[in-house]
Amino acid sequence: MNVLAVDVEKKLGALKISVRFNAASGVTALFGSSGAGKTSVVNMIAGLLTPDRGSIALDDIALFDAAAAINVPPHQRRIGYVFQEGRLFPHLSVRQNLDYGRRMSRRTPDADEFERIVALLDLGALIDRRPRMLSGGERQRVAVGRALLTRPRLLLLDEPLASLDAAHKREILPFLVRLRDDAGVPMVYVSHTPAELRRIATDVVRIEAGRVLAQGGVELLDEDAEAIG
Amino acid sequence: MLNLSPAEWTAIELSLRIAVVATACALPFGVAIGWLLARKNFWGKTVLDGLVHLPLVLPPVVTGYLLLISFGRKGPIGAFLDRYFGIVFSFRWTGAALACAVMGFPLLVRPIRLALEAIDRRLEDAAATLGANPPLVFLTVTLPLALPGLIVGVVLCFARALGEFGATITFVSNIPGETQTISAAIYTFIQVPGGDAAAARLVLIAIVLALAALIASEWLARRAAIRFHGE
Repeated sequence: MNVLAVDVEKKLGALKISVRFNAASGVTALFGSSGAGKTSVVNMIAGLLTPDRGSIALDDIALFDAAAAINVPPHQRRIGYVFQEGRLFPHLSVRQNLDYGRRMSRRTPDADEFERIVALLDLGALIDRRPRMLSGGERQRVAVGRALLTRPRLLLLDEPLASLDAAHKREILPFLVRLRDDAGVPMVYVSHTPAELRRIATDVVRIEAGRVLAQGGVELLDEDAEAIG
Repeated sequence: MLNLSPAEWTAIELSLRIAVVATACALPFGVAIGWLLARKNFWGKTVLDGLVHLPLVLPPVVTGYLLLISFGRKGPIGAFLDRYFGIVFSFRWTGAALACAVMGFPLLVRPIRLALEAIDRRLEDAAATLGANPPLVFLTVTLPLALPGLIVGVVLCFARALGEFGATITFVSNIPGETQTISAAIYTFIQVPGGDAAAARLVLIAIVLALAALIASEWLARRAAIRFHGE
């Protein structure tokens, strides 16, 4: 079953993005070298960037359709987004950051759900701290929790480990694997690191210079491992 | 020494009321204009920017005169407001508040604009993906992050309003109990024989009020900084 259907075109300076792929449940990796347009594709799925042409559908409901003039604004898409740099709100505590999505959609607090995510990502000890008091790895865990607590239909992760050192990468990856196996939220995971994707991806879309070169299983990572480095 | 006469108390009370009302009424406009200048590109932006800053460079008496001919009873805007809303500015304390708001406006807008320009827009994108609609993004992310600039603008505007003299006296004259602020009262006391002591008392009050405003702003800005960036 296809969860996400993407078929978009966008011109960004010299780069012309023309990408078409489907993603099922599980973790779909967008894999390719830096500057291939992966982040722009994810931004278009989230609604932060408007494609020039094409369509994006989630669970068979159109989020964007240029021909039908449909463009659901980002706050109504219910797509969680974990950014490369975390982007926690500096003026809010960890607890307030985690709770932000629920407050914005005016849902009643659900203590069980909150505690479950806090436990899943091991955030208990951080809950009253400010983002600037956290390490890079802790920040990314909070960012993942914050996105999950919006009850997303899809979770986008854009190089969530790129700003972390090797030790912190090893710290986060098990949480993401647990997320894949336990939370049941489909994920689109952007990375240029085959080793990282081999641990987490169930499906791979290879993107270079704004185009899809291949889509398949994790074996795509092996073929290109040397070329990408 | 501080044996203030009722007239002096009235001037102090009036000054504070005018400064508070002027700042409070200017604030929403200051945020709106600061946001427009920081975030939007539109035809006439340079003109708007110039207009906002004009009171800073014009002689205050010119600003007062312009207010008089536009917001006075017979002025186009003043006549309109009087007829349809019953709002009268000329020779009223409300007119003094208007003059102070106009004079303080550039000092209010500038720090707000700079604070808005300094905000990481990517945080607003993050808020949108978390389900916040644009007004909520503004209220929960943009405005709190711009708070230090907002405080600076409010204090500068308030201090300017408290000390305003030229535009106020030109626009609404110097009427005890209605438009006679501390500055105008000091001016009057200096003009009359034997008014030196009263003038000195009000000068002292003016210094105390200015210092208090500065200390309050410093304290507020520090609290905001702690809230944002941890202890």
